[in-house]
Amino acid sequence: MSTPLSATFRAILMRDIRLAWSQGGTGTMALSFFMIAVTLFAFGVGPEPQVLARIAAGVIWVVALLACLLSLDRLYQADYEDGSLDDLALSPLGLTGVAAAKILAHWLATVVPLILIAPLLGMFMNLAPEGYGILLLSLLVGTPALSLIGSIGAALTVSVRRGGVLMALLVLPLYIPTLIFGVGAVDAAMGMVGSSANLALLGAVTLVALAIGPFASAAALRLALE
Amino acid sequence: MHRFANPAEFNRLADRILPWAIAVMAISLVAGLYLALIGSPPDYQQGESVRIMYIHVPAAWMAMFTYMVMAGASFVAIVWRHPLAELAGKAAAPIGATFTALALITGSLWGKPMWGTYWQWDGRMTSVLVLFFLYLGYMAIWHGFDDEEKAGRAAAILALVGVANIPIIKFSVDWWNTLHQPASVFRMGGPTIADSMLWPLFIMATAFQAYFVVVFLWRMKLEINQRKLSVMNRAEVYG
Repeated sequence: MSTPLSATFRAILMRDIRLAWSQGGTGTMALSFFMIAVTLFAFGVGPEPQVLARIAAGVIWVVALLACLLSLDRLYQADYEDGSLDDLALSPLGLTGVAAAKILAHWLATVVPLILIAPLLGMFMNLAPEGYGILLLSLLVGTPALSLIGSIGAALTVSVRRGGVLMALLVLPLYIPTLIFGVGAVDAAMGMVGSSANLALLGAVTLVALAIGPFASAAALRLALE
Repeated sequence: MHRFANPAEFNRLADRILPWAIAVMAISLVAGLYLALIGSPPDYQQGESVRIMYIHVPAAWMAMFTYMVMAGASFVAIVWRHPLAELAGKAAAPIGATFTALALITGSLWGKPMWGTYWQWDGRMTSVLVLFFLYLGYMAIWHGFDDEEKAGRAAAILALVGVANIPIIKFSVDWWNTLHQPASVFRMGGPTIADSMLWPLFIMATAFQAYFVVVFLWRMKLEINQRKLSVMNRAEVYG
């Protein structure tokens, strides 16, 4: 008896989402890190409203990126260590499908909550009223690229002991275009220039990441499982 | 191509190429430096600081060229499992990182008198800086694994993912019309540089290219010999 592919995909997806929000999962930790790190900027830069408003979008984007990076560290590692990745590799989806499911689960369970809480942090940071909509939109369009690109780094370093720092070194340079266009969109909207160009480029980055991410991750995982 | 998968065969080929490459490098470096520093006129706007360009531009070309060599080698390594291709990537990476650093440093030295700033976050500079980080990541991943073979394939995957940055560097000056000037040598409608400056530039580019070939082959031979040595050590211990 064989289960249809979509059922397998959904099973992995739901499993990872549940794991992210179970005790000790990455979901709550990433969210807490996001909130604490943004407030650190308010302490570090000082409470002048104009300064905070100027850097609000950039700080929220950078910290969202770091929170995403921190949570990606464990994307494949737990499954690799307890051997369930070997089982998943044998599923009819293939490693590419498994990687796609786990990436989607990461985005839904860990990154979407960050996006949802972003307006609150925007308020902390004194973000101008016209910035909220575009901040949410740019995060929505751009953050899937963070999960996708980060998954490649997570897969490459899955068998490396203390791979977290190495992973950051590999992934952060590849995150730069997403960050530039994401913050660019918000800044353009607040400067009343129109942000469609930046949003389109941000979407392009996400689509390229979508085309590469699951396949490169699967190739890297196969390497680790050998 | 698989003929050169045999390290002995490769070493013979490298030994045949090396003397020529060294000769080309020596001659073009001397001629290029003379022309660039003494034999060419100062620019009517930039004055003597235009001479930085004769180092900066070839270094920047080589930074991208070396990455493409690395990416090409990585592709061959992944698709055909060519045993020397991974080593080629490993051998090329530090050379490329050095060229990238050289391009960034000379660029900022030139930028201070010309633009009034050492650094500006414009598209070209930012993307070349990203290229430098990619080189660092590639070299770091080689050290991250205990198993050389796994490290090689992981590094190859990373190098291929990073190729996305190369077109961004090339076209950044067209997409973001900021500080860095657009292409003036390889462009539609021919170069916009005077011949008296174009020749020293090309000769310097030849010298850099020959330098790359020389150091690359040296490093390849070094890597091969190191592998041989570790195999022999292991044979001695376990054999």
